[in-house]
Amino acid sequence: MWQALHEELRDFGFTVITVALDKSADDARPWIEAARPSHPSLIDTGHVVADLFNIVNVPTILWIDERSRIVRPNDVAFGTDTFKHITGLASAKSLAAVRAWVRGEAAAFTAEEIRALQSLPTADDQQARAEFALGDWLFRHGRAEAAARHFVRAGELAPHDFTIRRGTMPMRGLDPMGPEFRTMLAEWTAAGRPYYRPLPDTRG
Amino acid sequence: MTAESFTLVDGDHVSAVPASVIEALVAAGDRPLAIDRDEGVAYLGETALVRATRLASLEAPDFSLPDLDGRVHSLSRYRGQKVLLVAYASW
Repeated sequence: MWQALHEELRDFGFTVITVALDKSADDARPWIEAARPSHPSLIDTGHVVADLFNIVNVPTILWIDERSRIVRPNDVAFGTDTFKHITGLASAKSLAAVRAWVRGEAAAFTAEEIRALQSLPTADDQQARAEFALGDWLFRHGRAEAAARHFVRAGELAPHDFTIRRGTMPMRGLDPMGPEFRTMLAEWTAAGRPYYRPLPDTRG
Repeated sequence: MTAESFTLVDGDHVSAVPASVIEALVAAGDRPLAIDRDEGVAYLGETALVRATRLASLEAPDFSLPDLDGRVHSLSRYRGQKVLLVAYASW
Protein backbone atom coordinates (compact mmCIF):
# COMPACT_ATOMS: atom_id res chain seq x y z
CA MET A 1 0.00 0.00 0.00
CA TRP A 2 1.05 3.61 -0.58
CA GLN A 3 0.73 4.33 3.14
CA ALA A 4 3.32 1.65 4.00
CA LEU A 5 5.69 3.05 1.37
CA HIS A 6 5.19 6.56 2.75
CA GLU A 7 6.06 5.43 6.28
CA GLU A 8 9.03 3.40 5.08
CA LEU A 9 10.60 6.29 3.16
CA ARG A 10 9.42 9.48 4.89
CA ASP A 11 12.77 9.94 6.70
CA PHE A 12 14.47 10.24 3.31
CA GLY A 13 12.59 13.49 2.58
CA PHE A 14 9.74 11.81 0.77
CA THR A 15 5.97 11.98 0.81
CA VAL A 16 3.15 10.22 -0.93
CA ILE A 17 0.24 12.40 -2.05
CA THR A 18 -2.85 10.51 -3.14
CA VAL A 19 -5.64 12.16 -5.13
CA ALA A 20 -9.06 10.53 -5.47
CA LEU A 21 -10.78 11.32 -8.81
CA ASP A 22 -14.22 10.64 -7.39
CA LYS A 23 -17.56 12.40 -7.65
CA SER A 24 -17.66 13.06 -3.91
CA ALA A 25 -15.57 12.80 -0.76
CA ASP A 26 -18.01 10.15 0.43
CA ASP A 27 -17.16 7.89 -2.52
CA ALA A 28 -13.47 7.99 -1.55
CA ARG A 29 -14.06 7.92 2.21
CA PRO A 30 -14.15 4.11 2.73
CA TRP A 31 -10.83 3.73 0.85
CA ILE A 32 -9.17 6.54 2.81
CA GLU A 33 -10.50 5.38 6.16
CA ALA A 34 -9.27 1.85 5.47
CA ALA A 35 -5.79 3.08 4.47
CA ARG A 36 -5.50 5.46 7.47
CA PRO A 37 -2.98 7.61 5.60
CA SER A 38 -0.42 9.81 7.36
CA HIS A 39 0.31 11.45 3.99
CA PRO A 40 -1.94 14.00 2.25
CA SER A 41 -4.94 12.13 0.89
CA LEU A 42 -6.87 14.53 -1.29
CA ILE A 43 -10.25 14.61 -3.02
CA ASP A 44 -10.47 15.93 -6.58
CA THR A 45 -14.12 15.89 -7.64
CA GLY A 46 -13.46 18.36 -10.48
CA HIS A 47 -10.52 16.37 -11.94
CA VAL A 48 -8.17 19.33 -11.50
CA VAL A 49 -5.13 17.06 -11.33
CA ALA A 50 -6.30 15.03 -14.35
CA ASP A 51 -6.48 18.29 -16.35
CA LEU A 52 -3.10 19.63 -15.16
CA PHE A 53 -1.18 16.36 -15.65
CA ASN A 54 -3.17 14.84 -18.55
CA ILE A 55 -4.20 11.84 -16.46
CA VAL A 56 -6.62 9.60 -18.37
CA ASN A 57 -6.91 6.53 -16.17
CA VAL A 58 -6.32 5.27 -12.65
CA PRO A 59 -4.14 4.35 -10.99
CA THR A 60 -1.60 6.78 -12.44
CA ILE A 61 1.58 7.75 -10.62
CA LEU A 62 4.19 10.48 -11.21
CA TRP A 63 7.48 11.23 -9.52
CA ILE A 64 8.17 14.86 -8.62
CA ASP A 65 11.58 15.77 -7.22
CA GLU A 66 12.70 18.27 -4.56
CA ARG A 67 12.76 21.09 -7.13
CA SER A 68 9.16 20.34 -8.19
CA ARG A 69 10.37 18.80 -11.44
CA ILE A 70 8.57 15.88 -13.03
CA VAL A 71 11.28 13.21 -13.10
CA ARG A 72 9.09 10.28 -14.10
CA PRO A 73 5.91 11.06 -16.03
CA ASN A 74 2.49 9.42 -15.89
CA ASP A 75 2.82 5.70 -15.36
CA VAL A 76 0.49 2.84 -14.59
CA ALA A 77 1.35 1.40 -11.20
CA PHE A 78 -0.55 -0.50 -8.59
CA GLY A 79 0.15 -0.37 -4.86
CA THR A 80 -1.03 -3.95 -4.52
CA ASP A 81 -1.41 -7.01 -6.73
CA THR A 82 -5.23 -6.99 -6.53
CA PHE A 83 -5.54 -6.37 -10.31
CA LYS A 84 -2.47 -8.25 -11.44
CA HIS A 85 -4.55 -11.01 -13.00
CA ILE A 86 -6.17 -8.37 -15.24
CA THR A 87 -3.34 -5.96 -15.93
CA GLY A 88 -0.34 -8.27 -15.79
CA LEU A 89 1.43 -5.57 -13.74
CA ALA A 90 3.00 -6.58 -10.45
CA SER A 91 3.28 -3.92 -7.75
CA ALA A 92 6.71 -5.05 -6.51
CA LYS A 93 8.68 -3.64 -9.43
CA SER A 94 7.19 -0.16 -9.26
CA LEU A 95 7.61 -0.06 -5.47
CA ALA A 96 11.25 -1.11 -5.81
CA ALA A 97 11.80 1.62 -8.40
CA VAL A 98 10.34 4.26 -6.05
CA ARG A 99 12.59 3.05 -3.21
CA ALA A 100 15.70 3.25 -5.38
CA TRP A 101 14.78 6.77 -6.52
CA VAL A 102 14.07 8.05 -3.01
CA ARG A 103 17.30 6.57 -1.63
CA GLY A 104 19.26 8.07 -4.51
CA GLU A 105 20.29 4.65 -5.81
CA ALA A 106 18.79 4.94 -9.29
CA ALA A 107 20.05 6.76 -12.36
CA ALA A 108 17.48 9.42 -13.26
CA PHE A 109 15.89 9.77 -16.67
CA THR A 110 17.29 12.72 -18.63
CA ALA A 111 14.92 15.58 -19.50
CA GLU A 112 14.91 14.34 -23.08
CA GLU A 113 13.99 10.81 -21.98
CA ILE A 114 11.20 12.12 -19.75
CA ARG A 115 9.72 14.19 -22.58
CA ALA A 116 9.85 11.14 -24.87
CA LEU A 117 7.82 9.21 -22.29
CA GLN A 118 5.20 11.94 -21.79
CA SER A 119 1.78 11.99 -23.46
CA LEU A 120 0.67 15.58 -24.00
CA PRO A 121 -2.98 16.61 -24.31
CA THR A 122 -4.58 17.42 -27.67
CA ALA A 123 -7.21 20.06 -28.43
CA ASP A 124 -9.87 17.31 -28.33
CA ASP A 125 -8.63 16.17 -24.90
CA GLN A 126 -8.99 19.73 -23.59
CA GLN A 127 -12.41 20.19 -25.18
CA ALA A 128 -13.41 16.89 -23.54
CA ARG A 129 -12.23 18.23 -20.17
CA ALA A 130 -14.29 21.41 -20.67
CA GLU A 131 -17.35 19.25 -21.49
CA PHE A 132 -16.63 17.15 -18.38
CA ALA A 133 -16.30 20.28 -16.22
CA LEU A 134 -19.57 21.70 -17.57
CA GLY A 135 -21.29 18.37 -16.88
CA ASP A 136 -19.79 18.31 -13.39
CA TRP A 137 -21.08 21.85 -12.71
CA LEU A 138 -24.56 20.94 -13.97
CA PHE A 139 -24.57 17.72 -11.90
CA ARG A 140 -23.68 19.66 -8.76
CA HIS A 141 -26.49 22.10 -9.48
CA GLY A 142 -29.14 19.38 -9.65
CA ARG A 143 -29.30 19.07 -13.44
CA ALA A 144 -28.17 15.49 -13.86
CA GLU A 145 -29.92 14.96 -17.19
CA ALA A 146 -28.20 17.94 -18.81
CA ALA A 147 -24.93 16.89 -17.17
CA ALA A 148 -25.11 13.44 -18.76
CA ARG A 149 -25.21 14.96 -22.28
CA HIS A 150 -21.88 16.67 -21.66
CA PHE A 151 -20.30 13.62 -20.05
CA VAL A 152 -21.25 11.59 -23.14
CA ARG A 153 -19.90 14.31 -25.46
CA ALA A 154 -16.65 14.41 -23.44
CA GLY A 155 -16.29 10.64 -23.85
CA GLU A 156 -16.81 10.92 -27.63
CA LEU A 157 -14.04 13.52 -27.82
CA ALA A 158 -11.63 11.49 -25.66
CA PRO A 159 -12.66 7.82 -26.01
CA HIS A 160 -9.43 6.67 -24.29
CA ASP A 161 -10.12 8.73 -21.16
CA PHE A 162 -11.35 6.44 -18.37
CA THR A 163 -11.49 9.32 -15.87
CA ILE A 164 -14.22 10.76 -18.09
CA ARG A 165 -15.97 7.72 -19.53
CA ARG A 166 -15.81 5.46 -16.51
CA GLY A 167 -15.44 8.13 -13.85
CA THR A 168 -18.75 9.78 -14.83
CA MET A 169 -20.73 6.52 -14.82
CA PRO A 170 -21.77 7.00 -11.16
CA MET A 171 -23.14 10.45 -12.15
CA ARG A 172 -25.07 8.94 -15.07
CA GLY A 173 -26.75 6.22 -13.02
CA LEU A 174 -24.47 3.57 -14.52
CA ASP A 175 -22.47 0.90 -12.73
CA PRO A 176 -18.72 1.54 -13.35
CA MET A 177 -18.20 -2.25 -13.17
CA GLY A 178 -21.29 -2.99 -15.29
CA PRO A 179 -22.05 -3.77 -18.96
CA GLU A 180 -21.33 -0.21 -20.18
CA PHE A 181 -17.86 -0.43 -18.71
CA ARG A 182 -17.23 -3.85 -20.22
CA THR A 183 -18.33 -2.53 -23.64
CA MET A 184 -16.02 0.45 -23.22
CA LEU A 185 -13.12 -1.77 -22.23
CA ALA A 186 -13.67 -4.07 -25.22
CA GLU A 187 -13.72 -1.08 -27.63
CA TRP A 188 -10.60 0.36 -26.10
CA THR A 189 -8.78 -2.97 -26.25
CA ALA A 190 -9.83 -3.44 -29.88
CA ALA A 191 -8.47 0.05 -30.65
CA GLY A 192 -5.03 -1.05 -29.43
CA ARG A 193 -5.33 0.31 -25.89
CA PRO A 194 -4.54 3.96 -26.74
CA TYR A 195 -2.66 5.93 -24.07
CA TYR A 196 -1.89 2.79 -22.06
CA ARG A 197 1.85 2.75 -21.73
CA PRO A 198 3.52 1.37 -18.62
CA LEU A 199 6.99 2.96 -18.53
CA PRO A 200 10.26 1.05 -18.41
CA ASP A 201 11.26 0.28 -14.80
CA THR A 202 14.62 1.96 -15.06
CA ARG A 203 16.39 3.89 -17.75
CA GLY A 204 18.18 2.13 -20.55
CA MET B 1 -34.48 26.96 -27.01
CA THR B 2 -31.48 29.11 -26.22
CA ALA B 3 -31.03 31.06 -23.01
CA GLU B 4 -30.65 34.84 -23.26
CA SER B 5 -28.24 35.04 -20.38
CA PHE B 6 -25.59 32.55 -19.38
CA THR B 7 -23.68 31.49 -16.31
CA LEU B 8 -20.07 31.47 -17.45
CA VAL B 9 -17.76 29.27 -15.36
CA ASP B 10 -14.02 29.90 -15.71
CA GLY B 11 -12.24 27.81 -13.11
CA ASP B 12 -13.36 29.19 -9.74
CA HIS B 13 -14.70 32.36 -11.33
CA VAL B 14 -18.44 32.36 -12.08
CA SER B 15 -20.16 35.29 -13.83
CA ALA B 16 -23.49 36.09 -15.45
CA VAL B 17 -23.09 37.16 -19.08
CA PRO B 18 -25.47 37.88 -21.99
CA ALA B 19 -25.67 35.33 -24.83
CA SER B 20 -23.71 37.75 -27.02
CA VAL B 21 -20.62 37.19 -24.85
CA ILE B 22 -20.89 33.43 -25.37
CA GLU B 23 -21.15 33.95 -29.14
CA ALA B 24 -18.07 36.21 -29.00
CA LEU B 25 -16.15 33.50 -27.12
CA VAL B 26 -17.23 30.92 -29.72
CA ALA B 27 -16.07 33.21 -32.52
CA ALA B 28 -12.75 33.90 -30.79
CA GLY B 29 -12.24 30.16 -30.30
CA ASP B 30 -9.02 30.53 -28.36
CA ARG B 31 -9.99 28.41 -25.34
CA PRO B 32 -12.06 25.23 -25.17
CA LEU B 33 -15.64 26.23 -24.44
CA ALA B 34 -18.41 23.81 -23.49
CA ILE B 35 -21.92 25.24 -23.78
CA ASP B 36 -25.35 24.09 -22.66
CA ARG B 37 -27.74 26.43 -24.46
CA ASP B 38 -30.85 24.97 -22.84
CA GLU B 39 -29.50 25.35 -19.31
CA GLY B 40 -27.72 28.64 -20.03
CA VAL B 41 -24.37 27.52 -18.68
CA ALA B 42 -20.95 27.58 -20.32
CA TYR B 43 -17.53 26.43 -19.11
CA LEU B 44 -14.19 27.81 -20.29
CA GLY B 45 -11.41 25.26 -20.19
CA GLU B 46 -7.67 25.50 -20.69
CA THR B 47 -5.94 25.04 -24.04
CA ALA B 48 -3.83 22.04 -25.02
CA LEU B 49 -1.00 24.51 -25.75
CA VAL B 50 -0.94 25.84 -22.19
CA ARG B 51 -1.18 22.39 -20.63
CA ALA B 52 1.32 20.73 -22.99
CA THR B 53 3.85 23.56 -22.68
CA ARG B 54 3.76 23.33 -18.91
CA LEU B 55 4.10 19.54 -18.86
CA ALA B 56 6.95 19.58 -21.38
CA SER B 57 8.78 22.15 -19.21
CA LEU B 58 8.83 19.33 -16.61
CA GLU B 59 8.00 21.86 -13.90
CA ALA B 60 5.12 20.24 -12.00
CA PRO B 61 1.97 22.38 -12.11
CA ASP B 62 0.80 23.34 -8.63
CA PHE B 63 -2.65 22.46 -7.30
CA SER B 64 -4.59 22.85 -4.06
CA LEU B 65 -7.17 20.26 -3.04
CA PRO B 66 -9.02 19.37 0.18
CA ASP B 67 -8.64 16.22 2.25
CA LEU B 68 -11.59 14.39 3.89
CA ASP B 69 -11.67 16.98 6.67
CA GLY B 70 -11.79 19.85 4.21
CA ARG B 71 -8.21 20.89 4.94
CA VAL B 72 -6.57 22.22 1.75
CA HIS B 73 -3.12 20.96 0.73
CA SER B 74 -0.96 22.42 -2.03
CA LEU B 75 1.68 20.50 -3.93
CA SER B 76 4.01 23.51 -3.62
CA ARG B 77 4.14 23.05 0.15
CA TYR B 78 6.11 19.84 -0.42
CA ARG B 79 8.87 21.52 -2.42
CA GLY B 80 12.15 20.25 -0.98
CA GLN B 81 10.80 16.69 -0.72
CA LYS B 82 10.41 13.95 -3.25
CA VAL B 83 6.72 13.42 -4.00
CA LEU B 84 5.01 10.31 -5.32
CA LEU B 85 1.74 11.59 -6.76
CA VAL B 86 -0.87 8.83 -6.99
CA ALA B 87 -4.18 9.40 -8.79
CA TYR B 88 -6.79 6.74 -8.01
CA ALA B 89 -10.55 6.40 -7.77
CA SER B 90 -13.20 4.23 -6.16
CA TRP B 91 -14.63 3.37 -9.58
